[in-house]
Amino acid sequence: MGHDTAEWVFVAVVIAVLVYVGVDSWIVQKEVEDVPADAEVIKVTGQQWFWSFEHADGTKEISTLHLKKGHAYKFEIYSRDVMHSFNIPDWVVFEDAVPGHTNHAWFAPNEVGTYPIQCREYCGLLHYNMRGSLVVEDDKS
Amino acid sequence: MVLELQKPRPVWQIMFSTHHTDVGYLYTITGLTFLFMAGVLAMIIRTHLFFPGEGVLVSDSATFNRIFTVHGLTMLFLFALPVANGIGNILVPIMVRYKDMAYPKLNAIAFWMNPVGGALLWLGFADVSWVSYAPYSIIRAPGPAADMFIFGMKILGISSILSSINFVVTVLKCKHPDLSLRRVPLFAWSMLTVSLMTLIAMPTYAAALIMMLTDRLGLSGFFNPFAGGDPIAYLHLFWFTFHPEVYIFLLPAIGMMYEIIPRFSRKPLYSQASGVFAFVMLGIIGFASWGHHMYSTGMDFTTKVVFMIGTLAAVPASGMHVFNFLATMWGARIRFAAPMKFAVGGIALFFSAGAGGVLNSAMPLDFISHGTYWVVGHMHLFLTGTIGFGFVAMVYYMFPYITGRMYSEKWANVHFIGMFWGTVQVFFTQHLLGLEGMPRRIYDYPPEFTSWTQLNQIATVGAWILGASFAVFLASLIYYSAKGKPANMDDPWGLGGKYYYPVAAKNPHGGHSGY
Ligand code: HEM
Ligand SMILES: [Cu+2]
Ligand SMILES: [Cu+2]
Repeated sequence: MGHDTAEWVFVAVVIAVLVYVGVDSWIVQKEVEDVPADAEVIKVTGQQWFWSFEHADGTKEISTLHLKKGHAYKFEIYSRDVMHSFNIPDWVVFEDAVPGHTNHAWFAPNEVGTYPIQCREYCGLLHYNMRGSLVVEDDKS
Repeated sequence: MVLELQKPRPVWQIMFSTHHTDVGYLYTITGLTFLFMAGVLAMIIRTHLFFPGEGVLVSDSATFNRIFTVHGLTMLFLFALPVANGIGNILVPIMVRYKDMAYPKLNAIAFWMNPVGGALLWLGFADVSWVSYAPYSIIRAPGPAADMFIFGMKILGISSILSSINFVVTVLKCKHPDLSLRRVPLFAWSMLTVSLMTLIAMPTYAAALIMMLTDRLGLSGFFNPFAGGDPIAYLHLFWFTFHPEVYIFLLPAIGMMYEIIPRFSRKPLYSQASGVFAFVMLGIIGFASWGHHMYSTGMDFTTKVVFMIGTLAAVPASGMHVFNFLATMWGARIRFAAPMKFAVGGIALFFSAGAGGVLNSAMPLDFISHGTYWVVGHMHLFLTGTIGFGFVAMVYYMFPYITGRMYSEKWANVHFIGMFWGTVQVFFTQHLLGLEGMPRRIYDYPPEFTSWTQLNQIATVGAWILGASFAVFLASLIYYSAKGKPANMDDPWGLGGKYYYPVAAKNPHGGHSGY
């Protein structure tokens, strides 16, 4: 193969891979951000160094969040002081809590169980311990 | 390369010199000193994380937070930048055939700002993390540490602007008229590119730092949501500077590989033009991707897509360097002496780091990796794996020219195996830890998370290997600069054929037909 041809082929292959990555992430991200209309809103507030939650009916919880299997939930994420990041790794729920902003994330748990909640943005002294848990229960109603 | 260190001189003569090689030595030695200081911090961090829940070595999170902050700041601004500037100072004037840097006094001033900035960072020992996100850095970070951090970074930022002005003028204005810009060796091109990038990128951060200071003093509220400001504005200003800055850290190391690889392959470089093109491309497109650090801040879909495209668009330029290196080595009679081993090892790690970077840029995947150990692994594959390897290769390469003696190839090999092994073991493992969901910058983690514990322990053992390899490096630098065999200055590695060395190695003021 000629001197330049090899390089052009190489660059073309790289670009093809990148186009694939780009298009695929566009498609997936579009789907991920498409919040179902019937999702129930949960307000999530981060502050140094714990999470608190408010359900649509006004019930409040601290650190442990109870949700029902088979429902879609939309989180409205706030911060009271510095930046935090609300994260349920097992369900790929992840969005920053930024003071002065309202951010969103959603998911629909389809398995019962207890899952860790954590903070994924450095927020000072006890950032490492800003942990909670999500309890997904069977919907008995 | 000029051989001035060979004849013993009092240290103060070097310290108060403005000659480019002396300033170059000062930069390089300062950079390497800070490398070992920050390396000790890294060993403390990794050893601490070996034992969850025990508080080994560091018994409170306040200290831990300060340690990882100063580790990161030191490695980036007091190791990576100074060493690049040091090698740049020694080589760039020679490569463009000029007697010195364009502004020798400015050059010395820019250097001496480094110890001052470094002292402020180390004496303050702030806990803001290297990104120092608002509003933590404004409303919560304890002073005077955070204020000393601001002043330290301010000084280092100005230093980097001054030295960039110097490199730009040296290459563009002082270059020998017979030497066309295209034929300027690629290492000098890399310094030119990163200097221009610094001039565009750094003022933004310099402004953001002053805004942070006035916010901290309560005089303004630019980034403080409780005074009408917005922390996201800080993130934009920060990453507008520091995404380009990651290429500013990277390109000099790539430039060093361009010096080493053809020489030890005993072949001309595959393509000078493609190297120049890739540098300039990356220098421009590097400014279009800063938002990939902010996907999860609540950025809307379209903005995320734009920054993703900007990020991916910069990747082919990096790929072209890899191709250029491989094509140069293809079918060559390679001499695997220490500089070549480190350069080739660096390229392999560069490639894997780039592949990981592409995964970060894909928006949905970034929601898995952002803020986890994946990102720590990613950046360290570049910073240790590529930049560290490139710099170490260059230090071995310059060793005979500077000291007149030869290092020991055997101990260099021990260093190489340890460093490569260690790098892979720590930083690949950190990618896995990220996938397991472990957040970065955490002082401790629940011992009942057994997969985290195991992976952390594997990473820590890797870090010990890496650390040990650097102890070998330090010891052999010191020992062989005094006791090494005198080097054959015509051909220290026995490559055969004078063509393969910069002619200046033997004759600092002579011609450069070798290029
Ligand atoms: C192929 C080229 C590269 C691509 C596609 C790429 C992509 C990315 C992306 C998307 C992130 C954001 C990850 C996150 O925080 O979620 C990131 C983070 C980072 N990258 Fe790269 N990167 C590349 C090259 C480099 C190079 C050459 C360096 C350094 C020399 C570097 C250093 C960093 C650092 C330090 C961070 C983390 C910053 C922080 O949050 O502390 N990257 N990279
Ligand atoms: Cu946090
Ligand atoms: Cu970036």
